[in-house]
Amino acid sequence: MWALRGLRDGILTTRWPARPDQYAAATRGPATVLAGPASDQVSGAELAGLCPVGAISADQSERPRVDQGRCILCGRCVQLRPDVFGWSAGPDRAALTRNGLVVPAEESPESVAAIAEALRTRTRALRRSVHLRHVDAGSDGSEEWEIMALLNPVYDIHRLGMFFTASPRHADILMVTGAGANGMADSLRETYEAMPSPKVVIAVGSDAVGGGIISPSYATSSGVGAIVPVDVWLPGSPPSPFAILAALLLALDRLPAATGPTPVRSGGAAGGLR
Amino acid sequence: MTAAADYELTASVDDLRDRVTAQIDAGGRLADLFGTAHDAGLVITAQLAGPDGMTTLDALLPAGQRSYPSLTPLVGSAFWYEREIHDLFGVVPAGHPRLEPLMLPTNGPDLPMPGRDGGPARIDPDPRVLPSHVVGPGLFTIPHGPVRSGVTESIEYLVETPGEDIPHLNMRLFYKHRGVEKRFEGMEPADGVLLAERAEGVATVAHAIAFCQAVELIAGTAVPWPAALIRTLHAELERLACHLDVIVRLADGAGLSVATARFGWHKERVLRLAGQLSGSRFGRGVVVPGGVTAAPQLEPSEILAAARELERQLSADVRLLMGTASFLDRLRRTGPLLPARAVAHGAVGPIGRASGGVDDARQSRPYAAYGSLGTTVSSRDDGDALARLEVRIDEIASSFHLIRQAADELDEVASGPLQAECTIADGRATSWAEAPQGEVLYDVRIAGGVITRCRSRSASFHNLVLMHEVFAGDILTDFPFIEASFGLSVAGAAG
Repeated sequence: MWALRGLRDGILTTRWPARPDQYAAATRGPATVLAGPASDQVSGAELAGLCPVGAISADQSERPRVDQGRCILCGRCVQLRPDVFGWSAGPDRAALTRNGLVVPAEESPESVAAIAEALRTRTRALRRSVHLRHVDAGSDGSEEWEIMALLNPVYDIHRLGMFFTASPRHADILMVTGAGANGMADSLRETYEAMPSPKVVIAVGSDAVGGGIISPSYATSSGVGAIVPVDVWLPGSPPSPFAILAALLLALDRLPAATGPTPVRSGGAAGGLR
Repeated sequence: MTAAADYELTASVDDLRDRVTAQIDAGGRLADLFGTAHDAGLVITAQLAGPDGMTTLDALLPAGQRSYPSLTPLVGSAFWYEREIHDLFGVVPAGHPRLEPLMLPTNGPDLPMPGRDGGPARIDPDPRVLPSHVVGPGLFTIPHGPVRSGVTESIEYLVETPGEDIPHLNMRLFYKHRGVEKRFEGMEPADGVLLAERAEGVATVAHAIAFCQAVELIAGTAVPWPAALIRTLHAELERLACHLDVIVRLADGAGLSVATARFGWHKERVLRLAGQLSGSRFGRGVVVPGGVTAAPQLEPSEILAAARELERQLSADVRLLMGTASFLDRLRRTGPLLPARAVAHGAVGPIGRASGGVDDARQSRPYAAYGSLGTTVSSRDDGDALARLEVRIDEIASSFHLIRQAADELDEVASGPLQAECTIADGRATSWAEAPQGEVLYDVRIAGGVITRCRSRSASFHNLVLMHEVFAGDILTDFPFIEASFGLSVAGAAG
């Protein structure tokens, strides 16, 4: 009976990233600074009241900038100053450096390109069989749901050659959620060390990237970067399944250039999977 | 729901135990027991839910006194609460049967002491404080966690077993203790709700509602009717998602891959509907003190159409699942919680209602729009994993009913403000909401416009300890079904 039921609604699985997906494109990401005239300046006093987690600051020319790695998507800045702040949209939310999450960008494209090249060299051997291990280091529980969603028929990451594994010995990619609870620090470190090289660490969610609203706390770090070396930084509270999928593909250099967030991937023959 | 100026010391620590047992004998249940650091010492607060609502008892343990008579020997449900008080404040409930660290194993002089100004910058759990386990002949302990197979939250189960049976289980929560309650302190209520949403991420809306209701009680604010409807709408979508998550885990445990895929798809669609309404798949940023931030981004007619389609496809799959013998066999008589034990503990949520309980805050202590929409309470007497599933399936049907009612009403009410003026005042209030896991209970105190103490008691914390009780006659392979049928969140339990 179940076999027939499985056929009832046809194929539910997205074709993304090979084909565009409407839901993926519409998914809300962290707040961003809208491109606008320089007169859209926000005074220092006003800045402080715009963000409960201090993700908004001013650059030298007093233009506001958002650290998306701290943003918890509460929407206060978008609501109070819709002329300056808006939502980012689409799945490509992850960055290869912590500073890469600060918008408008302040990093030079060259330094990012070097980091991307180094990661590409490390992950080249993984090809289309990638094993994932998740560790909860103090999440609120929602990130686990969104990672689990990758296994449902809509996302079905098996079609991309990705599989969850119980043993860190078999894992290529470590996905870490939560701000880095002190009680999990040793377990997280041991899991990381048990993984064979080459290995990649993805900080999944704003808590894992920058601590979110739970830090500072006596019981957590301000992001898992304090415990293990992070390669891919994915903000979101929690990040959507598409954003997690995009972060995995970014780590493997398999995110198609058309949807890529930075011009890094234009870098020639070494890119992509052969 | 109650509001007061500050701690009213209605009992002394010595007679707290008698007051609590008297209330329980009169048909009440212990809903919460927690401490608050105070200038005069440690205030120990007991919340008792009874037919007349929630009663708060505050007792002062004067500064310098480090011990008080434990409630646990008389009131078993205080077992974890007193361990938590011991971990966070360092006082000893004298006569407690097993005073091991639960939330925070530490020997250091610095303790979090919620309620006190300031606090330690960092506390690292010290595993050396944990007792090494004494086992009998042939018994051994299987540590399960904190990093387990699959995508799960971090918790350690210590399964004490002679081979296959599980005579005893122990749990360690401290791995992902985040210090949520201490973090509330010093926040403005408008920021506090963002933290409440993340105290237990899968019950975002219920926590936000309970927190905001407490703030509104202190301020004397009445929430506009359309806002109450929108809160209800999101709370019921959250219930659908959580109950479907339980079904996915149970089906996965039984190896029903098509059922796992089907219910995973249904759950995804519920999250997408919540996302279409609010921009957040978990309904975050909707509930704020005074009301809600915005109207749903879908018209009521579109919500009704989406819910109707979802319900049609979901019910067909539920019928098939509940006729799959190989699946039901795994749940029947698995992890039974005896009704007498459930009553003695005051088990909340689907766990309590599957063991003969009839308490549902939506009906017995209504809030948001539940009072006028009318909620039916589903109950079973068997107390096993199957009964817990049946209760959830009934609740899925009643959630759809409530969503339809709320959407219909939203269609009819004249457009008006969705947020009432909520002038933050000083004071203290208790409030609750029925999360998918059961009743969440908030006790919020505000002074000088900022939160000075916020007790956030999740249903997960109250119910998780019952895992001790349900392994009679069960074997190791039943464990995933029992855990999934509890359907609790470690984040909510670990604080």
